[in-house]
Amino acid sequence: MRAVLYLNQFFGQIGAEDKADLEPLVKNGSVGPGNLFRELFGAQVEIAATVICGDNYFAEHIDEATEKVLSMIADYAPDLVLAGPAFNAGRYGMACGAVCEAVAKHQGIPAVTGMFPENPGVESFRKTVYIVKTKATTVGMREAAEKMCRLVLKLARKEPVGLPEEEGYLPRGLRRNYFAAENGASRAITMLLRKMKGETFTTEYPMPVFDRVAPLPPVERMSKATLALVTSGGIVPKGNPDRIESSSATRYGKYDISALQRLSPEFYETAHGGYDPTYANEDPNRVMPLDAARDMEREGKIGRLHPYYYATVGNGTSVARAGQFAGEIAKDLIISDVRAVIITST
Amino acid sequence: MMMKYELGHIPIEEIAWGQKTSVEGTLLQINREKLLEKTRGDDSRITSVRADIAKPGESVRIIPVKDVIEPRVKIDGKGGVFPGLISGVDTVGEGRTHVLKGCAVVTAGQIVGFQEGIIDMSGPGARYSTFSKLLNIVVCIDVKNGIAHHEHEEAIRLAGLRAAAYLGEVGRSATPAHLERFEMRPPFRSKGDDLPGIVYLYMLLSQGLLHDSYLYGQDMKNLLPTLIMPTEVMDGAIVSGNCVSACDKNTTYHHQNNPVIRELLNRDGIDLHFLGTVVTNCNVTLKDKTRSARYAVKLVHMLGADGAVITKEGFGNPDADTMMYCARLEEKGIRTVIISDEFAGVDGASQSLADTTPQADAVVSTGNANEPIALPHMDKVIGDIRVIEKMAGGQAGSLSQKGITVELQTIMGATNELGFEFLTARDE
Repeated sequence: MRAVLYLNQFFGQIGAEDKADLEPLVKNGSVGPGNLFRELFGAQVEIAATVICGDNYFAEHIDEATEKVLSMIADYAPDLVLAGPAFNAGRYGMACGAVCEAVAKHQGIPAVTGMFPENPGVESFRKTVYIVKTKATTVGMREAAEKMCRLVLKLARKEPVGLPEEEGYLPRGLRRNYFAAENGASRAITMLLRKMKGETFTTEYPMPVFDRVAPLPPVERMSKATLALVTSGGIVPKGNPDRIESSSATRYGKYDISALQRLSPEFYETAHGGYDPTYANEDPNRVMPLDAARDMEREGKIGRLHPYYYATVGNGTSVARAGQFAGEIAKDLIISDVRAVIITST
Repeated sequence: MMMKYELGHIPIEEIAWGQKTSVEGTLLQINREKLLEKTRGDDSRITSVRADIAKPGESVRIIPVKDVIEPRVKIDGKGGVFPGLISGVDTVGEGRTHVLKGCAVVTAGQIVGFQEGIIDMSGPGARYSTFSKLLNIVVCIDVKNGIAHHEHEEAIRLAGLRAAAYLGEVGRSATPAHLERFEMRPPFRSKGDDLPGIVYLYMLLSQGLLHDSYLYGQDMKNLLPTLIMPTEVMDGAIVSGNCVSACDKNTTYHHQNNPVIRELLNRDGIDLHFLGTVVTNCNVTLKDKTRSARYAVKLVHMLGADGAVITKEGFGNPDADTMMYCARLEEKGIRTVIISDEFAGVDGASQSLADTTPQADAVVSTGNANEPIALPHMDKVIGDIRVIEKMAGGQAGSLSQKGITVELQTIMGATNELGFEFLTARDE
């Protein structure tokens, strides 16, 4: 079997932070950690090439970088791909996750990476990528490499993959059924008794943790304040110039409405793929209420309406992405002295 | 004062149509005509009843199934089985009851809602349901055209109970192979008892038309939470009128054999103290939910509970009730465990519940009901296979040359939230 390895500029032995802007390049054979992988694979797998890209370059040009790396990998027609391990390096983790996800999706071959559980790449890619759990630093290199090799070989040979704790990968958050040794009632009472005694117990379904935001006190003088409109209902200028995805959005748009009194169906539509678009397309103000906001502005209920609105699609969009959009939009709003925001969802 | 209850098990290992309805050894013989007559009763809404036998291992699929009921008979003590519905309203749960173990009455026929289910007597689907391992007497009941849904539901519900009571009657003169004895103490704790005290909080779905449960014949949605003895449940005091998803509706059989009650009784005095059972409802409005949650939590507290087991029925909306009970109990210092199934999507990637609370840190999962399963065709279908595409968990295209591809949701009791089955789910 043939493998291609993905590394950043540092592990690819090009240089440190000063080389982080490096565009993707490819070297024949193995480099850096690749030598360890080669040793572990032995004769079973040949490492045909190593693709190297700077962390900053990747982070700043995610789509472009992914595409370039993908095409370099494809040139070698590998049977499997390894990326990293990235340990606790955030930008590197995101790059490894993106590369593995793209390889699995577009080339249909197994791709495995390794990260420390707190690496932001874990949150972003755990559902789509096998990520082996590593230590925070290179101290854990050999252990990580061993697990990565074992797992990727199983995947390549289409052997059944065991549980996360058996194989060493981070749970992907995918729920799978199996038959337990005891019925649910019996397990429940055993669990309750352990909990009551203060002993350790493992819930079979950990509650998802939501990022709850405490509301601010009401805006004091709304008649003097600037209001902005934000929507996850996908209302975009016709033709969707920013190509916001109909689900699992990776981007949002910022659109000038300073000269508009309402959104005309002639020029606006929804990009959202998760609801019946008939009524939104008939009258986009139903989802992005510019008409009502202008009324309030005229009536003096609000000081003024912010000249731009922001839109994305909230259909299966990950919490991590949504958080990133929110952070960026909030910064923009604060600079413009916006004091209140109406967010519409669908 | 101590109350005594005995449950006599009459094992049934073979079942056949015969001249006379009787039990000989472990053979249950049934006079088919008599069964049809008894099932129909004097309900003028019913136009026809057919009866079939389905045995474990046979290439048989029963679809659509509404309810499953275990034949029982009250030998001694007040009242009769399924009180308030086909018996009087005397309080049951004392004396002696006989049960035909290993068989069940299955009601099928024209679909009521779209949430009736499948029982496969063999193949991969059989692994997911206790009912696949029983000798089933299937009564297919058709009603007059144009009858209202709730009338339809009631007609089938009562017919099933009549069929089960008729068959249960043959156990009256049979000698049980073994006798379980239960002694019911008043629920308040005696001093000096240092075992942890546990109360069972038994949620019954009561969302209105086709989503109702009955206690002594009373519609649960109009009741405040109340107390019930475990043995009353064994006598059929709780009856299912539910057409929620097949996988997690508590059939009458599940109630009669409630595994949480069983387990708590088995362990009472050994490693816990079973303080009592509070039955409560799951209504649709926030006001109703809140009233029931507060009242039920009060009862659990009054019983002196250190811990509580919460069981559920259905999914989505009842998740809100469940979390309310859990949070309120935990706030009172009563430790909880919840039994729930999951709706994590066909790929298992979605959030499993519609509501959560941080206090729900001990959850027993009875499996992801959305997980797809391919079921091969069976030689014989009792009922009508075409309804599969309408069922919750089926879809257009479910039926193909090879068989049917559906979500586990369609299989009767597959993810039962009383903890009846062994299925569970984990993160991978």
